[in-house]
Amino acid sequence: MTDIILETRDLTKHYGGVHALEGANFTLRKGEHVAIMGDNGAGKSTFVRQITGVEQRTRGDIVFDGKPVNFAGPLDAREAGMETVYQTLALADHLDVSDNLFLGREKIKFKFGPFSILDYKAMREATLAALQKTGVKIPNIHNSIERMSGGQRQCVAIARTATFHSKLTIMDEPTAALGVQETAQVENIIRTLKEAGEPLILISHNMRQVMDLVDRIVVFRRGRIVANLNKSETDGQDVVAYITGAKTQPEYAEAANL
Amino acid sequence: MSDSQFGLGGLKYDPKMKAKPPELNVFLALMIIVVTFEVLGRVIYGDSFLFNQRANVDAIFNWPRLNIIILQVSIIGIIALGVTQVIISGGIDLSSGSIVGATAMIVMSFAQTELVNGNPNPKAIFGPWAMDLPVIVPIMIGLLCGAIAGSINGILIAYTRIPPFIATLGMMVSARGLSKWWSNGNPVSFPTESFAALGKGMWPVVYFVGLAILFHLVLRYTVYGKHTYAIGSNEDAARMSGINVAKQKVMIYAIAGMLASIAAIVLSSKNLTAQAGMGVMYELDAIAMTVIGGVSLAGGRGSILGTVLGALIFGVIISGFTFLKLDAYYQEMVKGAIIVGAVVLDQWRQKSASART
Repeated sequence: MTDIILETRDLTKHYGGVHALEGANFTLRKGEHVAIMGDNGAGKSTFVRQITGVEQRTRGDIVFDGKPVNFAGPLDAREAGMETVYQTLALADHLDVSDNLFLGREKIKFKFGPFSILDYKAMREATLAALQKTGVKIPNIHNSIERMSGGQRQCVAIARTATFHSKLTIMDEPTAALGVQETAQVENIIRTLKEAGEPLILISHNMRQVMDLVDRIVVFRRGRIVANLNKSETDGQDVVAYITGAKTQPEYAEAANL
Repeated sequence: MSDSQFGLGGLKYDPKMKAKPPELNVFLALMIIVVTFEVLGRVIYGDSFLFNQRANVDAIFNWPRLNIIILQVSIIGIIALGVTQVIISGGIDLSSGSIVGATAMIVMSFAQTELVNGNPNPKAIFGPWAMDLPVIVPIMIGLLCGAIAGSINGILIAYTRIPPFIATLGMMVSARGLSKWWSNGNPVSFPTESFAALGKGMWPVVYFVGLAILFHLVLRYTVYGKHTYAIGSNEDAARMSGINVAKQKVMIYAIAGMLASIAAIVLSSKNLTAQAGMGVMYELDAIAMTVIGGVSLAGGRGSILGTVLGALIFGVIISGFTFLKLDAYYQEMVKGAIIVGAVVLDQWRQKSASART
């Protein structure tokens, strides 16, 4: 049991009469990279929002790092060690790379309440170390984020998770808006996380990417999990069949009848 | 470990890619305006704007004029330091002029002297207990007034989520009402000598420069400053990063209120009196200095240094127009045009910044 970092039991979310997520049982082991796939509206993002505390679940249990958790908001989740890279980037455009990496948890040279003096040097050095560790390449870390390409920004957002040694990283379509080269860069970072043994939940529509990167694929359809596939035992066409509803795994048969 | 190890696709770190400080443009604008007045003065009147022309004085520059340029903007400049922080955080503060009025009335009531030429103070607000108090008392009361008014602004904006424009507009009207009600519209006068000394001579300039340096350091080197920029740049990102946005906003507006109250103390001391109409339109002049200084109304961008340069531009223009013997009416018209021009420039800057990405 100790190697399970995240487990959900009967996780359910209803928006009024809409059953966006129904009875999701999900486990993630330490060091494992899992992709969540499914059509638009299948419940992928709803699932993530319940885990990270952005929304409050209707019912069900979440066990994170061996303890049942009830995050009141995304900040709680973050403090517990769960980092989310959002589809819309949570970066302050006018600040530079290290400012963004340490936003909200700045290194302090001299503590004096809100007027504590920032330790720019330490933050810059930690930033360079984090960028090196993740292989993120940025022309000049002193430039503000607004002068960077979408890929570079996404890399900064991801490097943030690596900087703080999070226990679990969640990425919601990290490459949806990126070009080919930038996508490759983000995928390289994900591989680095894999080598470092950091677990990851990746939401993606990109079949090639998913097949390239993850160990396991969980398919959502109409708010329910319909398949839990090891990458070695499946292929793209098979996954598509589960996504579209042509196939359902026997253990999730009740979901198919809806 | 050098920066040059990091480059996208083999691109090396290029120092030339580093952004130029936007204050440089403001400084250039200031220089251009000064040179323009100098040239116009020499062509039209054969007189110099900047340089000493009197044979009996041994100086290169026309120091009296330079002193006036900075003295006439320092009191509003102190307000602009607070407005700068508010605008960087993505807000706006319309209440500072009225806070000046209300604070001046209250402060002066605690700074009065009991006997004027041997007679009881004809403008006395309170009984003898409030007369001839040590100068620290009116100062502390003044700072408290500013902090309270600013905190009310901040609390309204942070917790009821009404737009800053509306919240501070309400404070603008209410604080002005308070300053009229305070003494039924009568001026409050005859301060103690120690209070009157606060705003004498070039002291306002000393306060302005001192506070500017202080808040320059605060914005650049403290957590407070970093969070102020972060909120103005992307409030959602700031919130998701764990910054207590509401608390930070209350602090920003409270500090802006306190700076307005410092301006009120200095102004009432300098004028030796407080009137209900004090500080009318100061909020707009302060916003204008800030915007001319390159602080973006969209938030996230700008600096105290820029605002100080903006204040200087303001002072140079007023002095320059007087020097060219132009009517005050023209001054106001041109002032308006400059404010609009500065915002247009800001929009262009933003567009070109986003075009690069």
